[in-house]
Amino acid sequence: MFIRPMFRIVRDDTKINFMRGRHAGLIVSAILSIASIILFFAPGLHYGIDFSGGIVMEVRTPAPADFTKIRDALAAAGIREPGVQRFGEDISVAIRLPTQPTEAATQVIVSKVRAAVEAAQPGARVVRTDAVGASVSSELFRDGMLALSVSMLMILVYIWFRFEWQFAVGAVVTLILDVTKAIGFLALTRIEFDLVMVGAILTIIGYSTNDKVVVYDRMRENLRKYKTMPLRELIDLSINETLNRTLGTSMTVFLASLPLALFGGSALSGFAWVMLFGIVVGTSSSIFIAAPILLFLGENRLRRDMVAPKP
Amino acid sequence: MMYFSRLKTAMILGVCLLGIVFSLPNVMPAPARFLPWRAIHLGLDLRGGSYLLLEVDMAAVIKERLDSLADSARQGLRRAGVPRFVVTPQAAQNRMVVRLEDQTKQDAALAALKELSSVPTTGVTNRPDLDFESTPGQIVVTLSAPALIDRATAAVQQSIEIVRRRIDETGVVDPIITRQGESRIVVQLPGVEDPNRIKELLGKTARMTFRLTDESANVAAPVPPPGVDFLPLEGPRAGKIAVRRRVEVDGANLTDARAGQNPQTGEWVVNFTFDSIGTRRFAEVSRNNVGHPFAIVLDDKVISAPNIREPITGGRGQISGNFTAAGATDLSVLLRAGALPAPLTVVEERSVGPELGADAIRAGALALAVGFVMVMVYMAVFYGLFGWMANVALLANLVVMLGVLSLLEATLTLPGMAGILLTLGMAVDANILINERIREEVLNGRTPLNAMETGFKRAFSTIIDSNATAFLSHVMLFVFGSGPVRGFAVTITVGIATSLFTATMLARLLMVRWYAANRPAALPV
Repeated sequence: MFIRPMFRIVRDDTKINFMRGRHAGLIVSAILSIASIILFFAPGLHYGIDFSGGIVMEVRTPAPADFTKIRDALAAAGIREPGVQRFGEDISVAIRLPTQPTEAATQVIVSKVRAAVEAAQPGARVVRTDAVGASVSSELFRDGMLALSVSMLMILVYIWFRFEWQFAVGAVVTLILDVTKAIGFLALTRIEFDLVMVGAILTIIGYSTNDKVVVYDRMRENLRKYKTMPLRELIDLSINETLNRTLGTSMTVFLASLPLALFGGSALSGFAWVMLFGIVVGTSSSIFIAAPILLFLGENRLRRDMVAPKP
Repeated sequence: MMYFSRLKTAMILGVCLLGIVFSLPNVMPAPARFLPWRAIHLGLDLRGGSYLLLEVDMAAVIKERLDSLADSARQGLRRAGVPRFVVTPQAAQNRMVVRLEDQTKQDAALAALKELSSVPTTGVTNRPDLDFESTPGQIVVTLSAPALIDRATAAVQQSIEIVRRRIDETGVVDPIITRQGESRIVVQLPGVEDPNRIKELLGKTARMTFRLTDESANVAAPVPPPGVDFLPLEGPRAGKIAVRRRVEVDGANLTDARAGQNPQTGEWVVNFTFDSIGTRRFAEVSRNNVGHPFAIVLDDKVISAPNIREPITGGRGQISGNFTAAGATDLSVLLRAGALPAPLTVVEERSVGPELGADAIRAGALALAVGFVMVMVYMAVFYGLFGWMANVALLANLVVMLGVLSLLEATLTLPGMAGILLTLGMAVDANILINERIREEVLNGRTPLNAMETGFKRAFSTIIDSNATAFLSHVMLFVFGSGPVRGFAVTITVGIATSLFTATMLARLLMVRWYAANRPAALPV
């Protein structure tokens, strides 16, 4: 542990024939992505307050929360259809309300809820208030989507600039497949989709690209080195050679995210679970999706002698 | 490649040292005043506080502009001798329509209207602020686009100033008030858990005017006579009062307003003082209208309508209008701070109590510590000595990153803490790439020194490529994101940049020093 490495993830002479499973990989990925798209429409994403607008208030009570009292108090204050839920511990209550017709109405409701809750159970306090108006939430959503799409575009341009176009297309198609799966995961787990989650997806994109670049880089190098080797063999060789790298880099990010998911607190655990999922998907897609796409696009097209070394 | 000059070594160590120096302000107070002592700020989601996003009602700004424009147009047309005309402001289209019965006066009317136009002095263009479109019998006056932008900018800037004055009056420590976009204002209030009082203070335009009443008007009539408004009376005595539209003295002419108690009745009142213009005008109006009531109007509500018993020449006055102690204090605050140019609406509110923030910090710090240890153990187990070197570089990265964040006076948010953790996980990726490459070169039969040199050289372009894309996408998140998620983008972009330095330069320096000291026959890879 102190001088010599104790383990390797895979042996150096590993020779797995990944390209044999390329159809299976693509088909499984396509099925998962299609399922994710279906999940996206039904039941759909659970939009957080950033994107849906509305009001979320978190209440802490000195003793275990009395839900009946809180509900009654809210009803007495004339607040219709509040969602009152336990939030983690039994002294925490989350109150959710939909978007109000006007911004002014939102403000009125917020103060009403505050007053009602504080009167319902002595010592109860509103510890968090999020109230987002309809105009703001639609802007936040637009900005989030803009960040996602511009990032994708920049990655496409960057990889295109640094590699051949086949690599860029392969990477971006794989990224789109990765992102759809992450969205499916969000829909399935009912984790709230909000701005922080856009951050998580962007990190997955960045991270997944990382992984692809490692493999692609090796392919580019091998294209120069073995000018006559069939592309399929060459891709397999490259994946096997970099296997310790792709798995190792994934492991460290996975290990960094894991404690966040386990005890990072309610606000960050959703973020971390999505990250963990994205790391697994991103790593496997580098091998099973990005590489086969390159094989399909690149056969007979990637001209070895033209692949000039770019420092 | 594998040779480090003294200067280079000193620079690398110097950067790490600077990282420590710049991180210091986060853990200790400034030892001397003259030192630039910059620290990382905690975001409101971690320290507790309120974030309010206010929208300036631009429709009201435009409507007011058009209304006053219509008033001046009527006066101008009358002066020019144009008979029988109708001026209609149309706020939705940013324009005002003037209909003329006598078409022979068209040119005279147009000339009179053109006098209203002026060239904005603050704008970027020097186009006049009004556009004219003349068809027989009708002239359409439109506010031009640059004029609208000018007006909006002025309104937002003025609002920010008033908002700041009002918040300062409440004693909130370190409020941050900034403009966002075209018509929005961000108000950040650290430590304020319940922003209700502030919202109430900001929710009033607080335009106070002193006007005369029309005692002959019948308040029960469906439509008020020209030049008169029927305004509701504040307080228990419900009802309306006929108030003349003409403003005799404006609240802007106040220099001071204080809440106080009437010594005889114990009633809460607001005492105010006029400036010199206000004093002169108020004296004049009160002298001419002894025995008649005048109305004190606040945001289209009459708060009191006392009779003028004698001319008031001292420039001092008192408003009594069934106030509570808090009501009188709030009104005096509003009057001192001045009127908002347009109503403000809260379009987004986020408040966090301090204990929730403390919980988040605790959970985040625990996750950070555990994640850090797990990554270090992983590197040690899988890469041995070179893994430990990567771990030293990782620690240095954390320090340099904190130093840079402190220097930028960045705001650390809850997602930002997640960003730090992720960066640490990603930073060692560069070392994994390097170590794997060195191992590969060793297996290819290179000598230790040669393998290290080639390993670094070959891994470098991969490291750049893979970090560049991650860097770019998080810059986009910073550009398009808002709120706490920006904190995430900041920590991750800074972390990627600093890790490029520590993971390559520092780790390499360590390896070279170790090699020079030991001259091993084989590398421990």
